[in-house]
Amino acid sequence: MTRDVVITGLGAVTPLGVGAPTLIERWTAGESGIEDGLGRCRDFEPTDHISRREARRADRFTQLALVAAQEAIDDAGWDADPPYEDTDIGCVIGTGIGGIATIEDQHIVLRERGEAAMSPLCVPQMMPNAAAGAVAMRHGLRGECYGTVSACAAGAQAVGAGLRMVERGDVSACVVGGAEAGVTPLAIAAFGKMGATSKSGVSRPFDRRRDGFVIAEGAGILVLENAEAAAERGATVLGRITGYGATADAHHVTAPDPDGDGAARAIEAALRDADVEPGAVEYVNAHGTSTPLNDRSETEAIKRVFGERSRSIPVSSLKSSIGHLLGAAGAVEAVATVLALRDGVAPPTLNYEEPDDGLDLDYVPGESRPIERNGRAPVAISNSFGFGGHNVVLSMEAPE
Amino acid sequence: MAQATQNKQQIEQRVTDALVEFGEERENIKRDARFEDLEVDSLDLVELAQIVEDEYGVELADSDLDKLETVGDAIDLIAARAS
Repeated sequence: MTRDVVITGLGAVTPLGVGAPTLIERWTAGESGIEDGLGRCRDFEPTDHISRREARRADRFTQLALVAAQEAIDDAGWDADPPYEDTDIGCVIGTGIGGIATIEDQHIVLRERGEAAMSPLCVPQMMPNAAAGAVAMRHGLRGECYGTVSACAAGAQAVGAGLRMVERGDVSACVVGGAEAGVTPLAIAAFGKMGATSKSGVSRPFDRRRDGFVIAEGAGILVLENAEAAAERGATVLGRITGYGATADAHHVTAPDPDGDGAARAIEAALRDADVEPGAVEYVNAHGTSTPLNDRSETEAIKRVFGERSRSIPVSSLKSSIGHLLGAAGAVEAVATVLALRDGVAPPTLNYEEPDDGLDLDYVPGESRPIERNGRAPVAISNSFGFGGHNVVLSMEAPE
Repeated sequence: MAQATQNKQQIEQRVTDALVEFGEERENIKRDARFEDLEVDSLDLVELAQIVEDEYGVELADSDLDKLETVGDAIDLIAARAS
């Protein structure tokens, strides 16, 4: 038997500011956090939120995770003491790269000043599981804890991994999400060299003029709880997470399968897992990177799954507002999707003006729009795809 | 002797500043404060040893660091080696 899982806490640090409410309010209003072609968390000052000691020991991606996690845990009303035994709470946080700023800085130290001058904090800061470990340590979460590593699907995969952990009954709750701080010289140059990032510096998913993604940083965290246990403690339910589907393209290291087969299978798997018909889906939170290849194959996948109905479902991309948060993207987008369902509003795809041949879905251009409520709690899916051919889809529902 | 005292005061100041930089509150840093109680761990002590080597030319081996229990232990060892 599997247990129902609810979402009781949300936290986010993004280029739109610190806090999940800021994220959804500003995105819904059509505002952008991108400046000079990059999505930096400019308002984020780590020591405003965590101790100097914690900040000093953590790479920026872990700092972002710690602050988003504190918000999510406060939002869940856990206060100082979580409502479950500490061994009954898990923690899974994904990242695409891990502590890349630390690696870059320490490599310079090694080359210029030698091994003796390197920081003893290099390893604990750079390791991709550092965020998961730091969040578990700060809050005393002693159940299963690890990081997922599947490029830009990592954040969504962490949510899925936590969902499974709670469904199976391994733990009563799991703190899940993703974190990334890859707005660094090496990452910017490396993504640029492979032609993935936008030369124009504009994120315009699905638009004919799209020319790559805008690299960005941030973190998104969700608190997942066993529905029965959450009800017993009188928790406020923000949404329900009902399905997880994950597949691989096995096609090409960076290019998605042009037919969107892997993505379509992941959407189908998530809906099967949630036990809902495609007809119940009232909003699609797209991966929508603004790269020529992704947006076309994602559109193909949506058409394959939803058939004739695909043109009447609002499909929008948060990346149009904040850029691509890589391994944090799927988690931040899950946070935004929960809040979009709660508010009953599909936020817009910014900068979408010129349709492209064959990309003919309803991308919610410019302005947000109500999500239909056809006599039941609306269902949304959130898509995340990563280099390496990873496809992850989460299915969520508004609280009843 | 006056020179040695002055050096020791300087070292005490530098060690205190380093521990503050590591995240400790200045008011908690006293000669008899134990590193364990200050939550100063082996990673912090490696950084302290780097600072000491850079600034005073004193090399502290891992085996030296293992023996340090209090702030005063560190100051005394560094001062003795520096003189």
